[in-house]
This record gives sequence, C-alpha cells and structure tokens, in this order.
Amino acid sequence: MNERALVLNEADSFRVSRATLVDAEILELERRRVFDACWIYVGHESEVRAPGDFRTRNVCGRPVIFCRDSGNSVRVFLNTCRHRGAMVCRETEGNAKIHTCFYHGWSYDRDGRLDGVPGEKDYPPSFQKSDYGLMQPPRVESYRGFVFLNFDPQAVALTEYLAGAKEYIDLVIDQSPSGEMEVIQGTQDYDIRANWKLLVENSFDDYHLLTTHSTWLDYLKNAGVKMQRPDRDHLLPSHGVGKALGNGHATTDNVNFRGRPVAKWIPVYGDAAKPEIERARAELVARLGEARAARVADTNRNLIVFPNLLLADGSSVTIRTFYPVAPDRMRVRAWVLGPREETPAARAIRLDAFLTFYGPGGLATPDDVEALEAVQAGIAATHREVPWSVMSRGMAKGGDQLNSDEAHLRAFWLQWDKLMRDERRAAP
Amino acid sequence: MKNKSPRLSAVKVGRAEVEELLFHEAALLDDWRLDDWLGLLTDDARYEVPSNDRPEADPASTLFTIADDINRIRGRITRLKDKNAHAEFPRSRTRRLISNVRIVGRSGAELQVEANFVVYRFKRDENVREYVGRYKYVLRLERGGLKIARRRAVLDAMELGSMGLVSFVL
Repeated sequence: MNERALVLNEADSFRVSRATLVDAEILELERRRVFDACWIYVGHESEVRAPGDFRTRNVCGRPVIFCRDSGNSVRVFLNTCRHRGAMVCRETEGNAKIHTCFYHGWSYDRDGRLDGVPGEKDYPPSFQKSDYGLMQPPRVESYRGFVFLNFDPQAVALTEYLAGAKEYIDLVIDQSPSGEMEVIQGTQDYDIRANWKLLVENSFDDYHLLTTHSTWLDYLKNAGVKMQRPDRDHLLPSHGVGKALGNGHATTDNVNFRGRPVAKWIPVYGDAAKPEIERARAELVARLGEARAARVADTNRNLIVFPNLLLADGSSVTIRTFYPVAPDRMRVRAWVLGPREETPAARAIRLDAFLTFYGPGGLATPDDVEALEAVQAGIAATHREVPWSVMSRGMAKGGDQLNSDEAHLRAFWLQWDKLMRDERRAAP
Repeated sequence: MKNKSPRLSAVKVGRAEVEELLFHEAALLDDWRLDDWLGLLTDDARYEVPSNDRPEADPASTLFTIADDINRIRGRITRLKDKNAHAEFPRSRTRRLISNVRIVGRSGAELQVEANFVVYRFKRDENVREYVGRYKYVLRLERGGLKIARRRAVLDAMELGSMGLVSFVL
C-alpha cells in the first residue's frame, strides 16, 4: 500500500477516503487482501439437502459448485474442468450423480473425482485420473448450517474467525424448535450501481431510518403499528445499540418495534395471524424460558459478518451477500431463512413480512438502493476535491454506542483498513 | 343495484374488451395516474412479481419480489405518491408495450388472460432499463364492468441483474 491513508481514526474524528469507493486499483487490492483472506459465505446447508444436490454460484469472483457428496457432506468445487477449463456445470441447480464437461466429455462424480475420460488410452502412462479431480478452495467450513470458504490456506478456523458474531447467529438459530433453519426457495438477485462497501454501511446503519424510510414508517403507522415518538436521547422509535464483535464483524441490537414473525405480532400481519404468532411465542418460552424467549423475539439485529454477509434478523430473517463487479457496481443476492418445521401458515406470514420492507420491490430497500446510487453518483467525479466522508457519530461519548451512532460502521472500516495494509499479501 | 348475470356477460367479453382494459391500464401507469389505476382493481386484488428463479411459484411458500394484497397495493400507491419515496423521486419515465393478448380461460364471472409486455424505464441520465415478460391476469366482471382481480408480472430475465429495482408498478 502506498503512503496515502484511506481511513483516518483520531480521538474525536473518523474519516474514510472516498477513493476507497471509486478507485479500480483499490478494488483489485481488496480482492487479494480482503476477499481472498477472509471467510466468505457460500450458501446454507439446507440448499443442498440430498447427496448429489448442487447449486452453482459465484463466490469471490470464482464460479463454484456448492453440493452434497455421496457421503452426505457439503462440498465446494471450483467449476472449471481440469482438462481445458470449461465450466463443468452450467445449470443453476439440480441433482446429479455425474457432472460432465460437454466440451470433450470429461466427467466427474459427486465427490469431485475424475470419473470418465473419452479415449483415455491415448494419454501417456504418467496420466492418472486421480490427479485430475475437481479442485476445491483451500478451506471450507460451516457454522450452524452457514457454509463459508477461504482462499487462504493459513486462515484461522471459521469458529475463531466469527468471534462475537457467533452469539448473534445463535439467536437466529434459536428461533427454530429443532435448531434447524432452512433457506426458503426464491432468490432475489439484483445489481446496485454503487461500491459494495456502501451496502455494508447501509445494511446496519440505523441513522438513515427516519429520513430514507419515512414512507415505510408511514405505511406501518397507517396499518396501525404503534410507534413511540423518540425521546430526546434517541432518533428512533425504540432503544438500540451498535456493537463491534471482533474481526470486523458488527451488529445492531435493538428493542423491536416493527414486529417479528417469531412471536411478535403487529397489525400489518392481520388478525388471522395472531394465533399462529402466539403459538410460536408459547413454544419459545417453553423451550428457552421467558428471558431467552424475550431476547429472541423482542429484540432484532442486523449482523454483518465481515466482509460481505448480512444476517438481518428483523421483520423476517434475511441472508444477503454481495460482491463487487466493478468499483461502482455490485451484485446482490438475498434469501429468506425460516425454521425448517414451520407451518405453512407461519411461513406465509414470514414471507409476507419480509416483502413489506425488503428486496427490489419492497417498500424500503429501493430507497436504500437509491441512496447508495446517489452516493456513488455524488462522489465519482468529486472525490479529489471532496476527499473524505465523515463517520464519527457517537465518538468520545460515554456509555452505549447507539444503533444510530456509527461505532459498528467504524468497526468494519478499521478491519478493512488493517487488511488492506497487510504487506504480506502481494498487490495484484 | 341491477343484478346482471355475470356468467352470461363473462362469456360475451372478447379480446377487444380485454385489450381495451389492458391498454388503458398501461396508459394510466405510464402517466402515473395511480389513483385512477387503483380504480381498475377489485377490492380483493393481488399484484405479484415472482422471483426470477421461481416464476411459477406460490408466494405463500416462495420468496417473491412483490406479493401484495389489496392493502399493500394501496400502501404502495400512497408511498409512490409521496416525494419521500426516494427510489421514484424524481419519478422514472416508463413506456409499456402490451401485445399477444389472449383469453386463456373463463370460469363464472372471471377471465384468465395472458399478455406479453416490454416496459422501458428511464431514470436520470442512465441508459434505458428494459423489463420483458408476460402478464397473467385474472379479470372479473363486477357491476357490468371488467376489473382486475389479479395481475402477475413474470419477468423473462434469469435474474433482475441490471434491471435493479421494481420500485414502480410493473
């Protein structure tokens, strides 16, 4: 890295260089020093339930096959033929005993072994099929159903990497009586014309709620949701804090006002949903006790697992991940997570609650996207004249950092800066 | 109120009447006459845009992009008329081309209708965004007039990708 500082962290001032959001060289360095050095979310175990189930995705810029092998283990393979490189699997999902590269016909079994080579006898004697299985990322590990990969063979174990984020993932999993959550079918897949780090900030920045999402708050109010007016210490309808969790992970941790399909009814759900939600509440209390049940149901959180995974456990549970396509463009993917044993009625409530806020057609996400695109348009050609963004809310203040402060955003940026300065990783 | 036999009328409705309604709807939406558009809907209307990877699914068991009942449709319109609906302020301009209109089923007072669409959307100084797909309507005769009881817009693209948002009424 050159002498140019990108993050300025002083006693009562925190600034981020806008070059970090527009510079192509910085993006290339990020690919090596951030994305290839961290545990990156691939998918959830429930998406590949049976041996042979597969999904193809793009993770860290690499095409991968995310699948379950013949021994019922979840695997990740680089989706490129060992012969001449073609993508072996070109379907988005399915179940297969054999993946055959159509170009010259090399085929691989569910465990990634090279199975068939047309005209094998014409290769020299040194050619061994066992040398040419599908390649895997150096590390693949999972935590409570969430599968991650790491392109750094020396990386610490996933459970160590997740640090304080584990406690918040556990709160998500506790919503399921069996301890098993599953991804519900249907993927939201869209681009934002903005730098990927702007979505990290936005995903758990509660400072913007009242201004960016006033029409969503109006919608809730019109539907009969009671919201307290903020007192003089708060900008938001309920109390919440922002917390750093180690290794760049961070979360908001809020008293819920917006309703939750897990045991917190609001009028938006309709009267018919009340008994279902009361049942879910009773189950939580019976299984976890009053205190833990209240913790699960009456608080909500937006957790960023560094660098690019959001678990938004609010009006539903969202898994959202996003990658840079260019300095000013990202690809976003989002799914809904729900308890595996959820009744059809409860599931319908969960999905409906999700759509009120989230996604490219929701009543709130589009305004976030507009905000991010407005930032990108604002800084693209002005970042030399206006080089710094300000992120010092809450600094030099005693007590909790509120969710409308920026301590959790700073935690992300400090880890990002630390990794970007890591000279051991070569520049591209 | 006169009680015309809806069954008899539904049988009489032909493609010309259906096209008239769909073209009128397209004009209202392109003109952002959103309250007039609400007037075309039944009191139990639904508006749906499925996820690109599950175009035929049921919103009770599948994540959609949009799955509104009439209450959320009305909430959506209230929002879109507000200057604080930032994604649509300033409003995008749209131009809808509706074609290949077919009546594919009739039951009682209801008609099942399908049509192809191309919606061009312009926003700020960006290039055009094109939304291509197929509408699946349920139209219902109410008080002698044809109303929209369900409209599902199924996009052909594999993913929303560069279309980005569906923040206007598709």
